[in-house]
Amino acid sequence: MEMEKYFRVDKLPHIWCPGCGHGSVMMSIVKGIDKMGWDPEKVTVVSGIGCSSRAPGYMNFNTLHTVHGRPIAFATGIKLANPELHVIVITGDGDGAAIGGNHLIHACRRNIGINVVLFNNQIYGMTSGQYSPMTPEGSMATTSPYGNIEPPFDLCELTRSAGANFVARGTVYHLPKLDSYIEKAFGKEGFSYVEAISQCPTYYGRRNKMKTPLEMLEWQKKNSIDIKKARDLDSEQLKGKIITGIFAERDDEEYTARYDQLIKSVQGGKE
Amino acid sequence: MPKKGKVEIKESWCKGCEICATFCPKKILGLRNDGKMEVKDPENCIACNQCVLRCPDYAIKVEVIENND
Ligand SMILES: Cc1ncc(C[n+]2csc(CCOP(=O)(O)OP(=O)(O)O)c2C)c(N)n1
Ligand code: SF4
Ligand code: SF4
Ligand code: SF4
Ligand SMILES: [Mg+2]
Repeated sequence: MEMEKYFRVDKLPHIWCPGCGHGSVMMSIVKGIDKMGWDPEKVTVVSGIGCSSRAPGYMNFNTLHTVHGRPIAFATGIKLANPELHVIVITGDGDGAAIGGNHLIHACRRNIGINVVLFNNQIYGMTSGQYSPMTPEGSMATTSPYGNIEPPFDLCELTRSAGANFVARGTVYHLPKLDSYIEKAFGKEGFSYVEAISQCPTYYGRRNKMKTPLEMLEWQKKNSIDIKKARDLDSEQLKGKIITGIFAERDDEEYTARYDQLIKSVQGGKE
Repeated sequence: MPKKGKVEIKESWCKGCEICATFCPKKILGLRNDGKMEVKDPENCIACNQCVLRCPDYAIKVEVIENND
């Protein structure tokens, strides 16, 4: 892999903490772009705000670091204006599931050609460890000092139901599988959602008896369960588990293609 | 005969997280006192690339120096 082609190497090393999983997920995305053979000039990477959302700053493509929760809104505008661009959104569990959750479901419903990769470290890393809508039940966070009583959102189920063409969840521990999901997502027309379980040893691990990045990776390994096996288990048995695999894979028509047809038919009607 | 590799660690990018050392099947990587990773036993590298794949900071390169496949 040619680092200089895809990274702004003068900006490296990145600011992420030692052992933070975000570096691994960023590389997985870059490998996916490389596999697709996309011209970097035709790739636009958009993010919101968070540790995860800092990724585009290191990536040597057209990049846009927007405001908290809104990367999909910006990306929708970009894709509509320039449908030939490959538009990738990098977001976090706070950015994408809390403040930005509404944009996510509507982008799925439209099935617009945007590839979302959500770095799920189950916490607000950047702001020092508040719980997010994807923090597991029982977890400690600065805002849940006695344990989180809320159940986490399953965004794979949500995006699948809302109409995304491709949906998958992988982990940094199972990195080669994550690479393959991202590659499949990039190969799809229409909306894709890939959730990457990442580790935040600094603000999630330390508070949850996993001080080192290695303990967090071990946790990912132990708690992951393949979607095919998960189908035979009930919700009680699946509590606290990370269900991995492909949740949706279909070829419904992409939004900007439909929009283009509409324009053509309306203009054609005038003649 | 397995492959042989030459490991290069970019010290300025290494944050000493020890992920590479844990995943190295030959257990030839270890932290130095100053918190940077080093190759303790360069002779035994089999160029499996696990350390390259796993380093979240892209600080490791492995060159295949002998391939007897
Ligand atoms: C409108 C607005 N509200 C709140 C914030 C503060 N804020 C910055 S990042 C963040 C959460 C980030 O969490 P996540 O998206 O999970 O990213 P991570 O840092 O965990 O990778 C919050 C709440 C903000 N910048 N803007
Ligand atoms: S605070 Fe957490 S998410 Fe942010 S860089 Fe550090 S380890 Fe990564
Ligand atoms: S994985 Fe990378 S950053 Fe971590 S200790 Fe090894 S070389 Fe250094
Ligand atoms: S290439 Fe394999 S054997 Fe060589 S240092 Fe890396 S992990 Fe160890
Ligand atoms: Mg987060």
